[in-house]
Amino acid sequence: MNAVVRVSRRRFSVRRLLRACIIHGLLIAFSIMAIYPVLRTISVSLRPGDRLLSTSLRIIPEDASLENYRQALLEKDFLLWLWNTMLITLLTATAGLMLSASSAYVFSRWRFRGRKAMLVFLLATQMVPAAMLIVPIYILAARLGLINSLVGLVIAYSVSSIPFSIWILKGYYDTVPYSIEEAATIDGANRLYILWRIMLPLSTPALAVAFLFNFLNAWKDFLLARVMLQKETLYTWSLGLQQLQGQFQTEWGIFAAVCTMVAIPIVGLFLYSSKYLISGLTLGSVTTE
Amino acid sequence: MEFGGLTPTIIGTSLLQIGIAVAVLVGGIALLETLLLGVTKVARVRNRLYIALLVPAIAGLLLLIVYPVLYEFRLAFSDMSLRTFRNPTFGFAQFAANMRRLFTMPVLKQVYFFPLLGRTIFWTVSQVSIHVSLGMLLALLLNTNIRLKWLYKAILILPWALPDVISGLAWRSEFHFEFGFPNLVLQAIGLEPIQWKANPIWNWVAINITNIWLGIPFMMVICLGGLQSINREYYEAARIDGAGVLRQFRSITLPLMKPILTPAVILGIIWTFNNFNVPFFINEFELESSDILVTALFRAAFQYNNYGFAAAFALVIFAILLAISLLYLKATGGLKEMRE
Repeated sequence: MNAVVRVSRRRFSVRRLLRACIIHGLLIAFSIMAIYPVLRTISVSLRPGDRLLSTSLRIIPEDASLENYRQALLEKDFLLWLWNTMLITLLTATAGLMLSASSAYVFSRWRFRGRKAMLVFLLATQMVPAAMLIVPIYILAARLGLINSLVGLVIAYSVSSIPFSIWILKGYYDTVPYSIEEAATIDGANRLYILWRIMLPLSTPALAVAFLFNFLNAWKDFLLARVMLQKETLYTWSLGLQQLQGQFQTEWGIFAAVCTMVAIPIVGLFLYSSKYLISGLTLGSVTTE
Repeated sequence: MEFGGLTPTIIGTSLLQIGIAVAVLVGGIALLETLLLGVTKVARVRNRLYIALLVPAIAGLLLLIVYPVLYEFRLAFSDMSLRTFRNPTFGFAQFAANMRRLFTMPVLKQVYFFPLLGRTIFWTVSQVSIHVSLGMLLALLLNTNIRLKWLYKAILILPWALPDVISGLAWRSEFHFEFGFPNLVLQAIGLEPIQWKANPIWNWVAINITNIWLGIPFMMVICLGGLQSINREYYEAARIDGAGVLRQFRSITLPLMKPILTPAVILGIIWTFNNFNVPFFINEFELESSDILVTALFRAAFQYNNYGFAAAFALVIFAILLAISLLYLKATGGLKEMRE
């Protein structure tokens, strides 16, 4: 009797061990596939100039050096690209946030005719893909003399991130109880004061997240920048990176160094904010109320 | 004095442009609000504040999304190209000519519209199904109580966290014939290296490999969130009733995941159908056999400079995308859930 129990328990744990092995094995295999190209780019960025074109598959190259980083920072236009991108994205994120923070408050607290239709309209604008809009926007910008100017690009980015920000912020405002506003109204505060002094300070986390998304949205764009900016002194990092990649034979290491430097802060920001991004994406598209 | 491409002149110019952008934004909003104040005062609208708060954002969207869409319709009725940029002819004849050209002549140099459409649909369906099934597999693996789960999660999410311009361009470098790692690995296990860039079929494979790598993590994260929201008691009840693992997956997991998977799959379809960066970057030699609809659209507009034709092309693509999304929603009943 006792022996039977022991045997069955051992078989059970062997099966469990086998199961754990399979799960870990699969996860390790997929993890290697996910991370290898990333490590490989970092590895290329550490190669010294004379060993750039090597057929080695090692992750940490022999005589690893930071020479490529030095060249990217000082001899290439990396800082210029970074400067341009920073200017564009910071202004974009601020403008987009201000526009969406105020309208999200309206969608959260007022009930008016056309409110639902407008919320659906906001979602619908997300359906219109950038590639569709690129032709008319280019023609309009060319007519207005906004090609090779940061003005058109900044306005375009600011507006394009409004719908998503409104959805995120409205969702957050909805969770702030009415009673706070009622108390403030009794004390004689008007709506604008409530928005500015009560609602916005209470919503700091949501505002931060919306700001971050606006920022990342503009930061990651290639297509619109490619169409709107042709002068090299106005290049953002994505345009500069594409140009660097074109000179593969000589510049691979510098290209990889630039990739690494751009990616590290972005990956950090992304991992920090992905939780909110996911809930925003799924929430926004499931319910319209 | 130059430092990393930055000179005082360049800094000055860009700061000036940013200043202009701020002025345009602030001035535009101020103008809009003043106009609004006047109009609502004359019309004696009560409770004007909400309109004042709402209008800048709505005006921006009208200006930047609605107006360009309308303008695109207008362009589709024109013969605008680089030659006729200043004085294009508008009219039904031009629209008919654009449409005839789209459906009966090569869109670029060789490729016709319908093969392009077929390739794009095949691309979308195969990519999204691979993303969802592998994402689901990984989510199921991660939803067990194993050790080091956080580490696997952090690594597996990486391809999604990277800007796709970087990963697209990095993969493009790695598909180099001599020095890219896919060929080095192939040679290491004794196979012939592949012409990833010059051979049309292998270039298409390369684009697919890159996009699979990029697309799995999003679906994995969505599936994992869905799995974690399912109450464990359902599975216990099913086990007592003698249901196997597969049966549990089919009868409990999938139906309960549907409200989460439906929007994720729609997003996946839209993103994949419109994926510009991956097919554009990996296709270094500009093979028309590796183009999908949106990259062909870009080339028609900005390499061949046929703006009127490209606008007509864009409208057709948009109609197709809309039809696909609506069909999918209808088929899965997601529309009802959305209306609630």
